[in-house]
Amino acid sequence: MDADGLNRANGRPLIELDGVTKVYGTGTATMEALRGVDLCIYPGEFVAVMGSSGSGKSTCMNILGCLDTPTAGTYRFCGVEVGKLTRNQRALLRRHYLGFVFQGFNLLNRTSALENVELPLIYRGETLRTRHRRARQALEAVGLTGWEHHTPGELSGGQQQRVAIARAIVTEPIVLLADEPTGNLDSARSIEIMDLLTSFNRDLGITIVMVTHESDMAAYAQRIVHFKDGLIAADHANGGHLHVN
Amino acid sequence: MGDTFMLTNALLLALRELRRNVMRSFLTMLGIIIGVASVIILVTLGGGATKQVTEQISSLGSNLMMIAPGKRMGPGQGGGSAPFKLADVEAIAREITSLRAVAPVSSSQITAIFGNANWSSSVTGTTEKYFDVINRRVKEGRIFSQSEVRSGVTVCVIGETVRNKLFGGLNPIGSRIRLKNVSCEVIGLLEEKGQSTMGQDQDDIILMPLRTFQRRIAGNEDVTLIQVSVKDGVSTDKAKVEIGRLMRVRRHLSAEEDDNFSVMDLKEISTMLSGTTRVLTGLLGAVAAVSLLVGGIGIMNIMLVSVTERTREIGTRLAIGALEREVLLQFLVESIVLASFGGLIGILLALSISVLLAGALKVPFVFNAPIVIVGFLFSAAIGIIFGYFPARKAARLDPIEALRHE
Repeated sequence: MDADGLNRANGRPLIELDGVTKVYGTGTATMEALRGVDLCIYPGEFVAVMGSSGSGKSTCMNILGCLDTPTAGTYRFCGVEVGKLTRNQRALLRRHYLGFVFQGFNLLNRTSALENVELPLIYRGETLRTRHRRARQALEAVGLTGWEHHTPGELSGGQQQRVAIARAIVTEPIVLLADEPTGNLDSARSIEIMDLLTSFNRDLGITIVMVTHESDMAAYAQRIVHFKDGLIAADHANGGHLHVN
Repeated sequence: MGDTFMLTNALLLALRELRRNVMRSFLTMLGIIIGVASVIILVTLGGGATKQVTEQISSLGSNLMMIAPGKRMGPGQGGGSAPFKLADVEAIAREITSLRAVAPVSSSQITAIFGNANWSSSVTGTTEKYFDVINRRVKEGRIFSQSEVRSGVTVCVIGETVRNKLFGGLNPIGSRIRLKNVSCEVIGLLEEKGQSTMGQDQDDIILMPLRTFQRRIAGNEDVTLIQVSVKDGVSTDKAKVEIGRLMRVRRHLSAEEDDNFSVMDLKEISTMLSGTTRVLTGLLGAVAAVSLLVGGIGIMNIMLVSVTERTREIGTRLAIGALEREVLLQFLVESIVLASFGGLIGILLALSISVLLAGALKVPFVFNAPIVIVGFLFSAAIGIIFGYFPARKAARLDPIEALRHE
């Protein structure tokens, strides 16, 4: 899949789940995490995914992030059926088109902010110069100029999450997947993070899918998808308009 | 290009990981360090000892051969074979034209007395040819003549150590020393030669005519050993065959009987002498190899701990798009770096200890490049072998599980 292919896909859904199910376990001890999910996400959207724990939203995020594959049904990312890709092909897909932000930040300990942000660029084979330049730009974009050489241990939670966001956007991904990005932060820090995400969505056109528990945070999104018992219970534009599925 | 890039990157990561856990890395490497160091020390010192043996034997003259009764000289000497007689020596000298000199040797340990000084030394009965065979000269006085040998006069040539012990700094020439009940005139003083192969003082000798020794000291007509030196340009193998053929005839051996004597050239003598060293080196080398194995297991253990500790990191790397083989490479390189660092430290340690020990044991220090290279490559190989399993474990982690790991 090249950049041209992606551009051609612009009018079409970026993410297309069609009757996706996910079953864990075998025999009698099976557990259906997803029971036939249909979902389309278009380029430039900011989608909040909500639901109680066990509702299937995390499983859905794993599938969207190409970390997992559906048991049945199809997941098309930019028209490519992810379920048919090998583990390595999915890794390459993540490397080139996806950015991840986790609840627990998942930064490398005892590694400077700059090096953390450089990490995805290393796997993309960028030169040291390019890595430094782009990592600095990304840190600047999240407002951490001057903190490049601090390790996660020396940064506050909010700052750590901003480093993580810088790491996610440094590759200029098409989709940013955020799994409860504010789950470990106080409300003031949470607002800062949400403002950042909103600005990346608005200014850079990065599509964002964010899992959250808090409706305050979901309020930043344009569209909210509710999961319940492995199915999408509601899918509406922020502000109450029901989205036509 | 991408692979070299990943390799350098993995190398940098590995070095950083090493630096972060200096103490742990060092303890992990200890097994490899000890293993590599002991292998190299043993081989280096063993090589030095062997070299010393070989050098000292060749200093005797590279064309020296020994003929001894029995199948083999040295430990486990086959006793019971008839000793040689002077007639054998004369026959060899007469019939084998490829020899430069032939000399009989019969020795015994005897206390020499001069005035009120006494010293126990090795007294050897031989002929004037012996000086040619062993390539030694007198620095004072003279050696005994052919006629003195034939008539069996009581004269002797002494080594520097004997002179020291009996005469102090005095000139011994013309003095008479007492050996058992024989009063013997000192007619010559040998040039010094120093210690021999087995730490024997080669200047602690007294040489006298064979006939005198046989009659007055040994009380028999036996010749313990025949030493010969081969003419230049003649192969020792050829001379050996000729001597063997002659001795078989002289000792009346039928075709189906084995030799009841042995002809040894320097190569065999040095092989025999260094054989013991080699066995010892081999045994200790095996012990060292076991310690390398233990070192390898230590590395595997710590790599498994490291993989577990860094599960979340691995999860993060996989999530942001690291390929399985990139994670594998990262951990494999880490264990290789760990092991070869251990090897490197072991090599440096071994070389410094070898230099010190060689000095203390008075063995020459012989730098053995192949064993150093083998030691290094072996430790790197241990890194690969014992690092592969943990690295594969890391590479095969499920990113979702790994990210959730606490």
